[in-house]
Amino acid sequence: MIGVRKLRVSLGEFLLGDVNLDIESGEYMIVLGPTGAGKTVLLEAIAGLYPVLGGEIWIDGREVSALSPEKRGIGIVYQDQALFPHLSVEQNIGFGLKVRKCPRQEARARVSAMAGLVGISGLLGRRPATLSGGEKQKVALARALVTEPRVLLLDEPLSALDPETRERMQGELRELHRRVKVTIIHVTHDFEEALALGHRVALLNQGEVVQVGTPAEILRRPSSEFAARFALSRNVFNGRAGDGQDGYAIVDIGGAKLMAVTDERGEVRMSLRPEDILISRERFQSTARNCFPGVVSEIADRGSVVYVTASVPPDFTCLITRQAFEELDLKKGVRVWITFKASAIHVF
Amino acid sequence: MSKTGRRARVDSIGIVFILLGTLLLLFLFVPPLKTIFASSPGTLWNTLLEQEVYSSILLTVSAALVATIIGLVLGVPLAYLLARHRFPGKRLLEAVIDVPIVIPHSAAGVALLFVFGSNFLGGKLFGSIGVEFFRTFAGVTVAMMFVSVSFLIDSAKEGFNAVDVRLEKVARTLGASPWRSFFQISLPLAWRSMFSGSVLMWARGLSEFGAVLIIAYSAAFLGWNTKVLPILVADRFDFGLDYTRPVAALAILISLIAFVLFRWVGGRGETT
Repeated sequence: MIGVRKLRVSLGEFLLGDVNLDIESGEYMIVLGPTGAGKTVLLEAIAGLYPVLGGEIWIDGREVSALSPEKRGIGIVYQDQALFPHLSVEQNIGFGLKVRKCPRQEARARVSAMAGLVGISGLLGRRPATLSGGEKQKVALARALVTEPRVLLLDEPLSALDPETRERMQGELRELHRRVKVTIIHVTHDFEEALALGHRVALLNQGEVVQVGTPAEILRRPSSEFAARFALSRNVFNGRAGDGQDGYAIVDIGGAKLMAVTDERGEVRMSLRPEDILISRERFQSTARNCFPGVVSEIADRGSVVYVTASVPPDFTCLITRQAFEELDLKKGVRVWITFKASAIHVF
Repeated sequence: MSKTGRRARVDSIGIVFILLGTLLLLFLFVPPLKTIFASSPGTLWNTLLEQEVYSSILLTVSAALVATIIGLVLGVPLAYLLARHRFPGKRLLEAVIDVPIVIPHSAAGVALLFVFGSNFLGGKLFGSIGVEFFRTFAGVTVAMMFVSVSFLIDSAKEGFNAVDVRLEKVARTLGASPWRSFFQISLPLAWRSMFSGSVLMWARGLSEFGAVLIIAYSAAFLGWNTKVLPILVADRFDFGLDYTRPVAALAILISLIAFVLFRWVGGRGETT
């Protein structure tokens, strides 16, 4: 188990302050945040590669913050892989074993087994400069894993890859984690990557952990406007909540009055996911408590899906499939109805 | 404007630049080549066999080599620190390192005497272990080192700057100590820059005149009392151009051959 207690690191312009994080053995933890949030620094601080101002780092019951990086039992993989360019793939993977004075025959066997595990057995004689991005990433993973670290730190490992390779590597990372069962802390700014890989997600903003939870929790119950927006919840409103009928709350968001399931009263902030809003040309017959007429004000085409913004007002952005978009024949200025359940509104 | 017109203008720029470049190349190549070819191979060989000449060549080449080796041992760690760390006064320190390049070298010789002369602290310290600097091989070496080590430090620093610091970080997480990470990752990757800086330092030391003239006009070396090549060339010039020309030609030839050889060795195994 990894425990980070009140970790403080200077980031120059701001402080990575009082970070607390618990990661179970074998867990796949995602540290998610925008560029400059302090994700890589947090990772390097855990690895002992970045000086800390205070706090504790526990790995498997041992406080390691005073230990040098080579004594922490940590493997790291960077975005651009950081393979040793003057060594072959085999020498790269075997570097850690050689340093630890592993007998040569055993080292060769372990390198070979690890290369087989990540699917690069045929590349052992090659130099890093001759490898593709995906191959380099596998070499970096094999190099980090062959020494059997207690924790594997991944610093935006898929960001430099093309979309197809990235998706394939996501699958391979999942499979590798299932087989090796090492604790992983994976840093990324990509929310979809976090959804695809993480058991849990720690959301970082300006040096602060703002929310920790399962991807579904971050997605459905963001704790702040930052978390909501980072989780691509495009509808974030300020409003005033009061008592409504049947135990529902009525939230006045300045124009529309929404029915929501919440005990909060008074000034509130709330989010509504775009995929939870139905859009139709006629009024939709359903049990959903919220139904408003509006006019299409913006269309953002994302290929297989389309974001359609309807001005009620205020603006509500819905996510629909391309097929639905074409069937509804939506264009700017078209009158539509939007419908969503009271339970789809998350008040924070 | 038509494509043809644009091409014609580019061509005219190219022609002017080639002409200007050729003028400069002629300026650089003609004097040394003319000096070399002005003496017959027989004359060069006979000059080389003169004790005053071959002892001078040996002194110059070996003192420059020793200066470069000491420069490597002391300069590479400093270059690494400068490349890897930020600290107050770093820019000032970098400027100080380059000072020997800009100060008159005869003045540098005088300055060195004020430290390494037998009446001064450095001279007394080294004197206590039997190392004297005035008119000795050690004096030639420190003079050469003073005026040339900046080239090595700057080049090695650039080499370390070009090595991604994350390679060292990965090596540390894989179990390497800072020493091991330095010797197995940083040093091999910055080797080419260090080698090129060493060649520059050695070549610069080889041609040093002013500083050596002050501290060791002549030096006791392997039982001879001899002078470095640049001083020998100047000394012989007092007796006429014909007398000094073969020595000057030999000095140029030795520098050229060594320089080309080192560059060739340094360029071998270059990865794409």
